[in-house]
Amino acid sequence: MTSIITNNERPLSERPILETPFYPSYKHLIQNDNYEEWAGYTTLASFADVGQEYFSVRNTCGVYDLCPMIKYDICGIDAERYMNRLITRNVKKLLPKRVTYTVWCDDKGHIIEDGTVFRLSATEFRLCCADRQIDWLMDCAIGYDLVITEVTDAIVGLAVQGPVSCKILKKTGFDGVEKLKIFQLESFSLNGYEVMVSRTGFTGDLGYELWTNAINAADLWETLFKAGKPHGIRMIGSEALDMLRIEAGLIMVDVEFMSCFHTVKYDRNRTPFELGLDWVVDMNKGHFIGRRALVEARQKGLKNKLVGIDIDWNKRADGALIYNSENCERQIGEVTSALWSPILKQNIALAYLDAPYFEGNNDMWVEVYMHRECKWEREVYKCRVTEKPFYNPDRKKLTPPLDL
Amino acid sequence: MKQYDAVIIGAGHNGLVAAGYLQRSGLKVLVLERNDHIGGATTSISRYEDFTYSNCSYVCSLFRQEIARSLELYKYGLQVIPYAGGAQIIKNDDGSYDAMGTYWHDDANRRDLERFSKRDTNAYDRLNRDIIRQCKFIKPLLMRTPADPTSFKPRDLMELLYLGKRFYGLGKEQMHETMRFYTMSVADYLNEYLENDALKSYLAGGATVGTALGVYSPGTAYILLHHAMGDLDGNVGAWGFARGGMGAISKALNDSFLAAGGHVRLNAGVSNFTVEHGKVKGMQLENGETVKADLVVSGMDVRRTFNAIDANELPQWVVDRAKNFRFRGSSGKVNIALDGLPSFYGIPKDSPCMTGDLHISQSMDELELAYDDWKAGRWSQDPYLDMLIPSLVDPTMTPQGKHWMSVFIQYCPYKLAEGDWNEDRKNAFGNHIIDRISQFSPDFKEKVLHMEIRTPKDIEDETGLTEGNIFQGELTMDQLMFNRPIPGYAQYRTPISGLYMCGSSTHPGGGVMGAPGANAAREVLLDLGKRMVP
Repeated sequence: MTSIITNNERPLSERPILETPFYPSYKHLIQNDNYEEWAGYTTLASFADVGQEYFSVRNTCGVYDLCPMIKYDICGIDAERYMNRLITRNVKKLLPKRVTYTVWCDDKGHIIEDGTVFRLSATEFRLCCADRQIDWLMDCAIGYDLVITEVTDAIVGLAVQGPVSCKILKKTGFDGVEKLKIFQLESFSLNGYEVMVSRTGFTGDLGYELWTNAINAADLWETLFKAGKPHGIRMIGSEALDMLRIEAGLIMVDVEFMSCFHTVKYDRNRTPFELGLDWVVDMNKGHFIGRRALVEARQKGLKNKLVGIDIDWNKRADGALIYNSENCERQIGEVTSALWSPILKQNIALAYLDAPYFEGNNDMWVEVYMHRECKWEREVYKCRVTEKPFYNPDRKKLTPPLDL
Repeated sequence: MKQYDAVIIGAGHNGLVAAGYLQRSGLKVLVLERNDHIGGATTSISRYEDFTYSNCSYVCSLFRQEIARSLELYKYGLQVIPYAGGAQIIKNDDGSYDAMGTYWHDDANRRDLERFSKRDTNAYDRLNRDIIRQCKFIKPLLMRTPADPTSFKPRDLMELLYLGKRFYGLGKEQMHETMRFYTMSVADYLNEYLENDALKSYLAGGATVGTALGVYSPGTAYILLHHAMGDLDGNVGAWGFARGGMGAISKALNDSFLAAGGHVRLNAGVSNFTVEHGKVKGMQLENGETVKADLVVSGMDVRRTFNAIDANELPQWVVDRAKNFRFRGSSGKVNIALDGLPSFYGIPKDSPCMTGDLHISQSMDELELAYDDWKAGRWSQDPYLDMLIPSLVDPTMTPQGKHWMSVFIQYCPYKLAEGDWNEDRKNAFGNHIIDRISQFSPDFKEKVLHMEIRTPKDIEDETGLTEGNIFQGELTMDQLMFNRPIPGYAQYRTPISGLYMCGSSTHPGGGVMGAPGANAAREVLLDLGKRMVP
């Protein structure tokens, strides 16, 4: 039997955009008028200087408000069997108190979403993603004994990322947090309430995510920032986060791919292989949704693929088209996300390239339009396929982290 | 008497669109209108003091933007203002009321919908995606002449090839889906996605508009598209108000036509066409006058057009087809002048939802029962009502502080079981609608200043639409594309040389779209060997 628990009754004519439970705590830090709407919540694109926010994660500790992230708790004796049908990875191999990154597909092998699966216990999972999809989760649960609860509003989250994050968390009161390995989670007691800490993040650096009940939001934020203040803790907005995730080679829904639940044009659907996510698809675990189509897709080979590229010169190549020659004769790809990486001193981008260009043996050129002092100028730069992640420091995985 | 190159019958929006294009393409065009006003069913006529109603059609989305641009309608005052909002009022089991609102913001929508069904909020997204996919398939066909699949003319073959390519372009799964979609009932279709009955009734009601079918009748799912395929400035599915009422559309078309040098004659109804040796030669007017013309474009519906031709000049099967084309009037309209803004149970005061379409149907079963009443020759006890208050958005239609409400009613029969429509029955129908709305609005009745009641019979008498069918014939699969209005004559031509059709009886059908008028003009000019301007 499958059931769904609904708990958020809301009045009609409400303000369309809500504040997260952390918002009152960090409101005084906002120096910009640079907001970004995320799943019905107002979040900050930047609090102050984006460069400072970015470097806080590479240098000290940056904190990002994760509240609007969609969270589903999937619990019951059939939860493991269900998760294994739903996602492409094998959750039998995912031990309790571990987290994994995954994608899930429809029957045609087209990606619905990517996200993380937290295995809270043998029979309890939490699925974190960007988009609501309760109808799909319920349809897939027909015949399974489990309960699906959306806990998006009930559970708040903070990403605490950067080389000093472990130290700050220890000082906050999370004793033993240094023992957490990457993708491990543990529950801690803080000021009399429970906080779940997972060593996860979207920055490609040492980092943790804190999860607790919404009513504890203010206290958690105050305690964390009190402890972190001497260590350079600061709030960061989505613009800094975007820079960090590009350096980490991490993909974003609605940027690198569109959910097949939202595509109107069929050719916009993507398989995990096209995104270079072969490693999250376990073909040997038995049946899962989309497996047949993915077996077929793998045999057919790829027409295009998302890769990392490195571009000569220093201007971001946002939305640029990629050509096979310097005079731009034939388009062979396009940039999805681009960044001048402040830490690598490299002009990097995620880009779709046609076969065989994604193999990386050919020279290519990006055509960039730049707005310089109210004049549009066109430039063509050479680029090449490069390794992802672009930035991958040892401290990301080092356990225990260095005590800075 | 002045000789014209072309005479258009009827100054409805399609007639005026055809006239506009033909005049601008170098023809001398005369429009003959039966009434003392232009517009057909696209009118804004004052019936009470300083109040202006959109008397028949009342919202705008389908009107083709390429026509507005070509005929420069903005120069003649046409402004279509998108509206947001809308609400489905829900009567709870305990007698209390609630409302499921529609907001401009996706997350506000979701939060409100979640109160009723969490599952449906996501399922609704998937439903919308699938409907948009269907729209994208059909939309380019609106401004194209439908191909005859039995013809081997190069242009038909090319058009079939185009259609085939688009169809195969849908992909395997979607091709299956499309065939299902075109034949299913709207109730079955919505049941595949949604669980909340109020939301389903909100959507399903729209799929019966202008059609004497119930929500459980096969073929109604397709009619959903007529609500979704319109767009305003690229916003797919958006609806708007023409500033000043729908009459502003026909007025702009008329002024554009006059400015291009065209002529319109009012009070000039056609009683019959003059046909010699299979060629149209002109027409006789109701006042006995004769107008000569070698080229006539009829904006009347297919039955009225062929009824005006001596049957001797027509093949018998064409006479039969025109007789059998399904009109079946099923919609009524009540326009109400209000002494202030009424309140509705479940909708908070000052709610932004009030500027959109308001609905009170509670379930698809209720809508099906409403259809049963129509079958029995009664107006529906609990009809589907589409209620809008344009004066909340448009300051030009009522005195300040006053409002008018447009109430579209499905179902109201053309023929009553109890006898012919008369003043008493018409008033009883109007009062029934007021009573019905009052069940959901405590102060509605006291605010009513005036009512314009339109039964299908009234609509027929005024606009000439047979049986008052708002689409000039139902938009069901058997009456669409190459079967609209008559197979072999779906390309705006008739068996009579020089006589064309441009009304909503032709492809792509009804709604204030203008596409039949534009397509017909293109076909006329093709036969004349002239290029369509602009």
